[in-house]
Amino acid sequence: MATILFYAFAFLAVVGALGMVLNFRNTVASAMSLVVTMVALAGIYVLMGAHLIAAFQIMVYGGAIVVLFLFVVMLLNIGTDELSPGRQRLVKLGSALIVLFLLVRFLRVLSGFPEAPPAPEGFGGYREVGIALYTDYVLLVEMASLVLLAAIVGALILAKRKVD
Amino acid sequence: MVPLDHVIGLSAVLFTVGVFGVLVRRNLVVMLMSIELMLNAVNLAFVGFNRLWPGTEGAPAFDGQVFVLMVITVAAAEVAVGLGILLAMFRNRDSVDVEEVSLLKW
Repeated sequence: MATILFYAFAFLAVVGALGMVLNFRNTVASAMSLVVTMVALAGIYVLMGAHLIAAFQIMVYGGAIVVLFLFVVMLLNIGTDELSPGRQRLVKLGSALIVLFLLVRFLRVLSGFPEAPPAPEGFGGYREVGIALYTDYVLLVEMASLVLLAAIVGALILAKRKVD
Repeated sequence: MVPLDHVIGLSAVLFTVGVFGVLVRRNLVVMLMSIELMLNAVNLAFVGFNRLWPGTEGAPAFDGQVFVLMVITVAAAEVAVGLGILLAMFRNRDSVDVEEVSLLKW
């Protein structure tokens, strides 16, 4: 059962990703495809037992980040990508070749990982990961807060009409 | 349980789709979304490997999942700053096409 669900979620994730990249007409539809990918990945995290990560995935990616994208798209009233022929087509062909090469390289290293053992008690639960975050990794949490503060200040200054 | 090969394979596929998006699309919004996709692929690999090596009995290790939380934090920060740059660029150039911004390109 879990295996079938995994493949269903994986299919959804790949379809959502391709729909995002290949949609040249509508940026809002691209953002919606990104939501599909994020939610499918959250389902895969639940199947692997990482419940806290799944919750964060839905909240931060499906909620905050995609909403931010949508806000900006609606604020700017972005038109469609126009595709100038010629050089653009050459760029596309080259990129497709590069990507194909990368994919083959990636998939070739992928054989012979051992089977994952059954998840130990409390793997990925809120309590266990939370305790790890606030004991062993407390410095990392503080650093994350600094990164977010710097990002808030930076985004405000960049988006301001006139810096005084 | 799903074999880890397939989890890492899915991660590789999503990552390459993200690379393709950054290389092919010229719309800065979609390029930022593709970067998010690549970060998500990395997160999936992190969780998969954490699942493979979950520590020993009595001393579990959540390093992979903690790292995923950090990647999510940095991704959120990156999107906020990236969209700020996008707003400034749209204000100056009236476009989100990255080909329009070539002042520093020789």
